[in-house]
Amino acid sequence: MSYAIPGFRHPNLPKNDLGFTTKDYEGAVSTLCAGCGHDSISAAIIEACFELSIPPHHVAKLSGIGCSSKTPTYFLGNSHGFNSVHGRMPAVATGANMANRDLIYIGVSGDGDTASIGMGQFVHSVRRNVDMVYICENNGVYGLTKGQDSATTDIGSKSKKGEPNAMEPIDLCSVALQLGATFVAQSFSGDKHQLVPLIQAAIAHRGFAFINVISPCVTFNNTPGSTKSYDFIRQHMASSNTVDFVPHAEEITTEYAPGTSTSVTMHDGSAINLQKMDPNLDIHSRRSALALMQEYKAQDKVLTGLLFVDEDSQDIHTTMNTTKTPLRALSEKELCPGSAALEKINQSLR
Amino acid sequence: MKPTDVKNPEYFHKVVDCQFACPSHTPVPEYIRLIAAGRYTDAYMINWESNVFPGILGRTCDRPCEPACRRGRVEDKPVAICRLKRVCADFKDEIKDRLPKIPKQKNGHRVALVGAGPSSLTVARDLMPLGYEIDLYEANAKAGGFMRSQIPSFRLPEKVIDEEVGYILDMGVKTFFNKRVESLKQLLDNGYDAVFIGSGAPTGRNLKLPGYEADGGKNIRIGVEWLADVAFGHRTEAPENVIVLGGGNTAMDCCRTALRLGAKNVKVLIRTPLASMLASPWEIEDTQAEGIPIIENHNPIEYVVEDGKLVGMKFEIIVYSVDKDGREVFTPTGETDIVACDLVLLAIGQANAFPWIEKDLGIEFNNVGLALVDPVTHQSTNPRVFFGGDAAFGPRNIITAVAQGHAAALSIDMLLHGQDLHVRPDPGTNLVSQKMGIHDWSYASMVTEEERHAVPHVDLREAIHSHKMEVELGFDLETAFEEAQRCLNCDVETVFTAESCIECDACIDICPVDCLTFTENSEEAELRRKLNVPAYNLSQDLFISKNLATGRVMVKDEDMCLHCGLCAERCPTSAWDMQKFLYMVTKAGQQ
Repeated sequence: MSYAIPGFRHPNLPKNDLGFTTKDYEGAVSTLCAGCGHDSISAAIIEACFELSIPPHHVAKLSGIGCSSKTPTYFLGNSHGFNSVHGRMPAVATGANMANRDLIYIGVSGDGDTASIGMGQFVHSVRRNVDMVYICENNGVYGLTKGQDSATTDIGSKSKKGEPNAMEPIDLCSVALQLGATFVAQSFSGDKHQLVPLIQAAIAHRGFAFINVISPCVTFNNTPGSTKSYDFIRQHMASSNTVDFVPHAEEITTEYAPGTSTSVTMHDGSAINLQKMDPNLDIHSRRSALALMQEYKAQDKVLTGLLFVDEDSQDIHTTMNTTKTPLRALSEKELCPGSAALEKINQSLR
Repeated sequence: MKPTDVKNPEYFHKVVDCQFACPSHTPVPEYIRLIAAGRYTDAYMINWESNVFPGILGRTCDRPCEPACRRGRVEDKPVAICRLKRVCADFKDEIKDRLPKIPKQKNGHRVALVGAGPSSLTVARDLMPLGYEIDLYEANAKAGGFMRSQIPSFRLPEKVIDEEVGYILDMGVKTFFNKRVESLKQLLDNGYDAVFIGSGAPTGRNLKLPGYEADGGKNIRIGVEWLADVAFGHRTEAPENVIVLGGGNTAMDCCRTALRLGAKNVKVLIRTPLASMLASPWEIEDTQAEGIPIIENHNPIEYVVEDGKLVGMKFEIIVYSVDKDGREVFTPTGETDIVACDLVLLAIGQANAFPWIEKDLGIEFNNVGLALVDPVTHQSTNPRVFFGGDAAFGPRNIITAVAQGHAAALSIDMLLHGQDLHVRPDPGTNLVSQKMGIHDWSYASMVTEEERHAVPHVDLREAIHSHKMEVELGFDLETAFEEAQRCLNCDVETVFTAESCIECDACIDICPVDCLTFTENSEEAELRRKLNVPAYNLSQDLFISKNLATGRVMVKDEDMCLHCGLCAERCPTSAWDMQKFLYMVTKAGQQ
């Protein structure tokens, strides 16, 4: 068993604007099962951050408990990290974000951590519109406890033990849309062409950006009867659009046939170019996204791509009118304005 | 591109860069692993099978394997393969009981070998165990050829030659020393079934410039002949001022030998700039380390002789260039230079001469005086006469002579068994999984970042007083182990089974050098461009799998693969497996 990866890299590895290669964004060698979809998502996060030339120390990665929540060890080894208790990643992320709004927050969670024990935490981070990327690595199974059906397992789906699941699944994208999430996307761990630009767009988005990534569990849920196996997803995956993320510094060169493409300009000047695969989707309409997801589900298909975005979203800091300065940068002078200021406040309350 | 056919042994053979580059195709990683395991005798025997003279080659090989070594591409410096070979020679146990048995009952065929150099000795090594009777003719008093006469003892001690040459002669080769063959016709008339000519390139080129006749060849000597004089003890000292003409390895051997025989001022003069010298970089380094200047752009024009005594050499200074056809052009600047000297050693190339081969034997020659020899079978235009070593295609090196000896021995055996010499037998190959457990391999898959180890030398002040003292000391066992661990085990191949692949990306994500890509198949040029890291080293092949479930293919760029096995470790379905590929050139009697 190899616990470390050799130090050599391809001498022709491209460098980003900071002079870094992907090696500078890697973490430790994964201890997940060989072939786990989660490892591909880690690789997609590495690729996304590398391409955006994000200084690794500007990122904080957070997670709860579960196979998915182990993964922050396996990417961005030079970034900040917090492995919280089960299902409590959103609270920790919210707190961290309130304390220091300058960092990029990437929360990684799974279907157990999000849709079961952490459901209460998840929904509140959505409605508060915390400025973070929330990736749910959704494999529809409790892998770390040997393969029980999870809250996102589809009705009738059979995992390794062979019993069809009898209960209704929670559709996390629909929940997020209904709670007012300002960026909702769905993807597949085996499709980095789609996943990498979605993660980049999610990082550029100001507010809560949710990506539900279907990520097959090779050990317990990659069986013929499963609706979250590599084969099933490849056969049933439909894309709402192809996504192309363009950082603001770059000129937009891609050309699409008229009427089929949309460009969404984000608050930082970057753009998401979308080529519509389904003309019925209006990515600025929650109703359209919800309806379309239902429609595809009825056809036994899994809709992926960017489903909804509100580029004018106001994050929790704007809503609460908090200070623009990270708390650690505030001096005693700003934190303790003195007795005169206190007196003034007291007066106003009389 | 078409899916790669890994059943063709040449595909995986090419991946093992060192073995592929070696003229004898010695299974380098196999013996390096044995050294790391402390099995020096086994490592020696692998070498002995393939290159016959591991102790000699471990000191003197031209090492084409090292520039080819993958480690030189992923890192800076290749594995010190040549010096590891010496380690197994230095630390082996007695090997006599492992040598092939020589049948008492002979097979009735008699073969004559002309010259006792590496190629002839290899022919004897291959044919003796098959029951041939072999007569070996050598003009000198001992066997070894160029290895004994022209490589100085400070690089290759005599006892090493005696030992390795001895293994072959002790097989019962009938030797005729001090016997120069004067007539091939006579030899053929003696009833030999085949004659192998491995007489080397016996003479160095002479340079007859004005003043040569006045000296009479006393102090103007052909370098290789002078070196042979030293080797056989006919010459034990050198005059004070010596100049060596030429920029090859022989020139380096001449000047370093002159220094050891007492010369005070030794200079090497070359016609070209330093950068265009033919000598191996490590030979040039060793020469310069001994304080011998190499003076460039000097074209010799006259020997300066006063009162019948050589006192100097006149040179014109030239400007060196290469014209559009690749020919060297030496343009005189008009300036001249006289360098004082008592002895000139000519190391300006070697010439072949076969005055003893009669014209009516059916052996055709080309315009540079070499026989027309088939490059594969080594047969001349007389079907019973074979050539190998420097006598075949001009001066090369020991390892090439050995490879040619193997090929010629196979041809002779096939000829005498009535087989078609051009239908060469396939190599012997073996491909075995190295899996020991879910994530365990039977080879050290972890890649060390250890840098190449330098070989220790004896103190130079001491070394230059003796032309017999070996300068290089060889690795000790601890260093040898560390150096052996640098080997990337390129013979442990990544073997892909398309039917098992579920395209989960695990191998792509883990590969440290990004040499794997799932992509749509296309033309090679386009494919090379669109890989995760484009593959612009065209000397390295791409592996293309059969079509996968999604219609894509797995493409592997062999260029940078570390053979770390992580792709196979992370593969959930064992679509990737690490399998050891052994490639052995088929020799006489094995077909």
